[in-house]
Amino acid sequence: MLSPADLVTIPFDDWMNGFVRGWLVPNFRPFFRAAQVPISTVLNMLNAFMLWVPMMASTLAFALAAWRWAGKGTAIFTVLGFAFIDMIGYWPETMTTLAMIVTSVLFCAVIGIPLGILAARSDLAWRAIRPVLDIMQTIPSFVYLVPIVMLFGVGMTPGIIATIIFAIPPIVRLTNLGIRGVRHDLIEAAQSFGSTRWQMLWDLQLPLAMRTILAGLNQTLMLALSMVVIAALIGAGGLGLVVNTGLGRLNVGEATSGGVGIVILAIVLDRITQGLGEKGFGPQPSLMRTLAGFFRAAPRPGGANPG
Amino acid sequence: MSPKLSVRHVFKIFGAGADEALARLRQGKGKEEILLETGATVGVQDTSFDVSEGEIFVVMGLSGSGKSTLVRMLNGLVPPTSGEICIDGEDVASCGPDRLQAIRREKIAMVFQHFALFPHWTITENVAYGLKIKGMPAAERRATALQTLEQVGLGAWADALPPQLSGGMQQRVGLARALATGPQILLMDEPFGALDPLIRREMQEELVVLQKTLKKTIIFITHDLNEALLLGDRIAIMRDGRFVQVGAPQEIVANPADDYVAAFVGDIDRGRVFRATDIARPSETLHLEDNCQRALDRMQQLGRNALYVLAADRIAGIVRYEDLVRDGGAPRDLLRPFSSTVPEAKLHELYAHAARGLPIAVLDDGGTLTGVVELDDLFACLAGGPMPTHRQKREHLDA
Ligand SMILES: Nc1ncnc2c1ncn2[C@@H]1O[C@H](COP(=O)(O)OP(=O)(O)OP(=O)(O)O)[C@@H](O)[C@H]1O
Ligand SMILES: [Mg+2]
Repeated sequence: MLSPADLVTIPFDDWMNGFVRGWLVPNFRPFFRAAQVPISTVLNMLNAFMLWVPMMASTLAFALAAWRWAGKGTAIFTVLGFAFIDMIGYWPETMTTLAMIVTSVLFCAVIGIPLGILAARSDLAWRAIRPVLDIMQTIPSFVYLVPIVMLFGVGMTPGIIATIIFAIPPIVRLTNLGIRGVRHDLIEAAQSFGSTRWQMLWDLQLPLAMRTILAGLNQTLMLALSMVVIAALIGAGGLGLVVNTGLGRLNVGEATSGGVGIVILAIVLDRITQGLGEKGFGPQPSLMRTLAGFFRAAPRPGGANPG
Repeated sequence: MSPKLSVRHVFKIFGAGADEALARLRQGKGKEEILLETGATVGVQDTSFDVSEGEIFVVMGLSGSGKSTLVRMLNGLVPPTSGEICIDGEDVASCGPDRLQAIRREKIAMVFQHFALFPHWTITENVAYGLKIKGMPAAERRATALQTLEQVGLGAWADALPPQLSGGMQQRVGLARALATGPQILLMDEPFGALDPLIRREMQEELVVLQKTLKKTIIFITHDLNEALLLGDRIAIMRDGRFVQVGAPQEIVANPADDYVAAFVGDIDRGRVFRATDIARPSETLHLEDNCQRALDRMQQLGRNALYVLAADRIAGIVRYEDLVRDGGAPRDLLRPFSSTVPEAKLHELYAHAARGLPIAVLDDGGTLTGVVELDDLFACLAGGPMPTHRQKREHLDA
């Protein structure tokens, strides 16, 4: 039977090779190198720090955060879960994964929130950003890895870069949504007093959008968690590597251990960030008021200094 | 004195094709027609008015008549399609964003129908908002905010959050927030529309009291005619984006410009609108020395049943035709006690006096008789008949 390939064949793979290897990589190598520096710096510092902090101390810190924002149950789960990870011998890998996730989420926030703000303030910007986000969310996570390897090579940092690209859409979207969702009459009120756009952003839009932004952060975090495992395929370390090597060697025990570690980490991080979004700003009913004072300085936006 | 606020031939057209719509408006086409033909919505059309310092100017009309659009144009929240809006002679519509910002900070503040308080801030922080925007240091603006809160009677709630307050209290905060920056002009877009009737009444009365000391220039939007009549020094009735009548409450009720206005004022409690001065007749009087015959002659000539008797400038009492005829004595021996009122008294305050069955004396501040309210006139006015013409000055809408 006749098929289009009988008439014309297109050497698409050759074209792509030519474009990427022949032009993009040689011309932009310094740029792609430089782009890795801030990420690898943050990642290495965080990783070193996480591995340096004694297991008991980090567990306590996480348990306290869980208690404050997610309740007693999550706090107990955190303690038991982390103890289990330590006992099955994957504590260092878990901390590396955590460092990778925190780095990715940090960069997602630093890039994504301003983008979201921009998108919220200008319909033009939103029309430009939106299709890019749509494409990013429809490309399967595996496919990201190809251009990343081409442009950045393999290793830890390219893995993080893949994670950042994969995980950034929700924070941009929800920052935009949160800011656009601020009640119109409040915006009008602010305008009627002669506030500038910046004043409005700081006084009104960001604080009132904070819940939504934090929900976006939570989604970004969850996406980062799933990608950080896949990124092990291109040489990123941590629990993802454990799972991968386990699978490669058909070592069910090893793969499962890595998987369990990831699941525990995911549950703890999800609970805490969700709680942060839901009741981060209300009065705390917890028993730990004194200890909570420890965390108090930061949250309540606008409330810290009167007036 | 030049007006505080002066609006000249202002139009607002929403949607694309404003020029097209403007042209059609000038041809005399209606709002509906233009919407069908061009897809543009006429918000406000060819509206002009002046508001002088310290005046409460009420704009009233049904939903969709363009009241909010009009009031939002006054502080530039909605830019007019064409026309001039001058505050102290400076055109808000064309002054540029920096100037507009300065005017909003210094001169004009707004109170919103649904309060529009910032939910994440305490009451004090809300009230201090305008001051924060102006860059006043924190301690100072808190002090000013607390002072303003006292003024509206909410000192005790300084550190509460808005959702903890009732609607009436929230709107007091809204008012305090607008007052805190010391603006000369207050824009109030249906400020009491979201409150239940009792609270609304209370707030209206409080605004009247506050205004006695504040003397702000207030543009007040409402769709409640009773509210308009109670608060307004002048009232503009709006329909389909234009004013159909502007005037003092008494003029509007007495002489509605068309059926639309007449329908509004139809079931108004006229006793709360008209004042003694609106229906008082000129003060024809007798002297204490006049004899019986002269008194009778005067009454017949004036067609009155009773006349006030003056001793020098003071009222000595009132004498009735009936008594003179029956008794035949000098008026000075037949004087009866009388009731008096002030020119500004609303008619409903006169009901108790009317029970005596005698004309009511209208006295000015110095106690001088300036007019007399005949009971016939009082009842005729309440019944909605034509207003007595002897004192009525008819001012028509100056377009
Ligand atoms: N942003 C807008 N875009 C398009 N049309 C608008 C806009 N704002 C108001 N309009 C239209 O302008 C007209 C006047 O609206 P406006 O809100 O000024 O009326 P209103 O008298 O304040 O009514 P209400 O009593 O319901 O508040 C209406 O026909 C409305 O649909
Ligand atoms: Mg309105």
